[in-house]
Amino acid sequence: MRLSKILKNTLLVLTACLVLSACATKKEIETTDIKGQMQGDVYTGTDTVEYLADGVPDRVFFATNESILTTASRETLRAQAAWLRKNPSINVVLEGHADERGTREYNLALGERRANAAKDYLMTYGVSSDRITVLSYGKERPVDSGSNPLAWSKNRRSVTVKAN
Amino acid sequence: MFKKILSLLLILFPINAFALIEVDITRGNLNPLPLAVSPLSIDENSRKDFEKILEKENIGSEISNIVEINLRTSGLFNPLDKKAFLQAPDIANLKPRFEDWNLIKAQALITGKVNYIDGKLRVEFRLWDVLAAKEMMALAFTTVPTNWRRVGHIISDKVYERLTGEKGYFDTRIIYVSEEGPKTQRIKKLAIMDQDGENNTFLTLGNELVLTPRFNPTSQMVTYLSYFKNMPRVYLLDIETGTQEVVGDFPGMTFAPRFSPDGKKIIMSFAKDGKSDIYTMNLENRIVEKITNHPSIDTSPSYSPDGKYITFNSDRSGYQQIYVMKNDGSDVKRISFGNGLYGTPVWSPRGDLIAFTKLHKGKFYIGVMRTDGSGERLLTENYYQEAPSWSPNGRVLIFYRETKTNAKGEGFSAKLWSIDLTGYNERQIKTPTDASDPSWSSLLSN
Repeated sequence: MRLSKILKNTLLVLTACLVLSACATKKEIETTDIKGQMQGDVYTGTDTVEYLADGVPDRVFFATNESILTTASRETLRAQAAWLRKNPSINVVLEGHADERGTREYNLALGERRANAAKDYLMTYGVSSDRITVLSYGKERPVDSGSNPLAWSKNRRSVTVKAN
Repeated sequence: MFKKILSLLLILFPINAFALIEVDITRGNLNPLPLAVSPLSIDENSRKDFEKILEKENIGSEISNIVEINLRTSGLFNPLDKKAFLQAPDIANLKPRFEDWNLIKAQALITGKVNYIDGKLRVEFRLWDVLAAKEMMALAFTTVPTNWRRVGHIISDKVYERLTGEKGYFDTRIIYVSEEGPKTQRIKKLAIMDQDGENNTFLTLGNELVLTPRFNPTSQMVTYLSYFKNMPRVYLLDIETGTQEVVGDFPGMTFAPRFSPDGKKIIMSFAKDGKSDIYTMNLENRIVEKITNHPSIDTSPSYSPDGKYITFNSDRSGYQQIYVMKNDGSDVKRISFGNGLYGTPVWSPRGDLIAFTKLHKGKFYIGVMRTDGSGERLLTENYYQEAPSWSPNGRVLIFYRETKTNAKGEGFSAKLWSIDLTGYNERQIKTPTDASDPSWSSLLSN
């Protein structure tokens, strides 16, 4: 099962690349806009990011239809985990989101899956599960109302929010 | 308030049932049947009584307008311009001069009469076959005056059924989500309206996010998703009493609810630890059953009309595709194999087709396929559209579509649309606000 999961993920990344390159040839203008703020189709900018504490970004971003944590996302979550360990009285809600390019019900499930990916990682780094609540908004609460690849990349996110 | 009972008095049955006029509804109808909807005649006293009660100058004309608009909207009929009518409504209802109606090329004629009797609205109507010079149907209804729109819808259903051989879908309602405000902070309310967009009523205030309302096919119950207290849960709402309750006691998000065809179960998804499985809850004994058990996302379940099968979408193959299984979760078969992603499968009330949303190369399609996945047909393509819901006769789909409000791709508008199963007759349904997630009720009367 693990092997098939890895295979599946490789396949997804490959297809994501294909989709992206198809976009790039079609619409030159959009790709220049995106430059420097996306890697693959994962958002790497800081436009929408807020901070739980100094050096502790509140959110991580995902590729289209994906819930895999990138290297940058894992770094962010390790910083969150360290901060949470230092502040044991704080509980958090992980709010999972999807972009608008999917059916509503599937996106609710996808948001839940993304927030859980973040939750699992926080737990690996010592945050107890009873301090974490998962809440999916699907595509209902985009942070960027635009309809372009950059806006969508900002909206595919899991945001860690203080619950108390 | 919606259960104002309509008493139905049969005054005459058609004496001979020669179906001389026939409308074929299985093909895209490029030649809708020309017919004449004569205004329902009304005597002066009744006219004045109704004017006082309903503030409508001529309720006879109003009811016939409803019939005319319904029949035209179906795409199967071409109601002729009233200005061309040669015979007065009261005389036409007694005995039409068929040669006059033949002259304006009407193949069918609808006439009728409205009376005010003991505080009630009494409407009789007749359907005539002009070429054969015969009465095809005659019916009368008595009801409270405020029900006048429903009378128009019921007459439309009777005419539709008599001329096509299939049940109509006009005496029905649509429940949907009304949307307002910027996309990042959209305010959503449950709203309900008649199938033609009239009698719009809001059912929630917009304090919490609500999504995906669906009618119980057998009653005035609705199931939907609410973020009440920031906990996304499936709820039940009784439209008549306004009472609401959470469905089941799940430690997490429940979503994507629908009723079983007998109205006794709710089928939905429950998300936990990054996976979503399909569950049912029996509304009579509250027993919860787990139907799918897979590390993937399984959602958007919909029963076949006999209740024996369930269609749903799952990303167990790596991507969102449509599956069919037995109602106990056994015998899972993938049925969508075309290019792209497939979601929101909904089983037709006729049983033969599954409607779906398809995402392919950046476009969204509403389509239908047979229940084994063969015969895929895409009915409409757009930038974004999803969530088809069937008319109770399985001939029309309603869905929602999001469009940009300018050419630069800025702005955003969500509206309800309907399209015939044939792929013809695409229409926007007017709503007072932006709208999404429509669900079509069963026929309110038969």
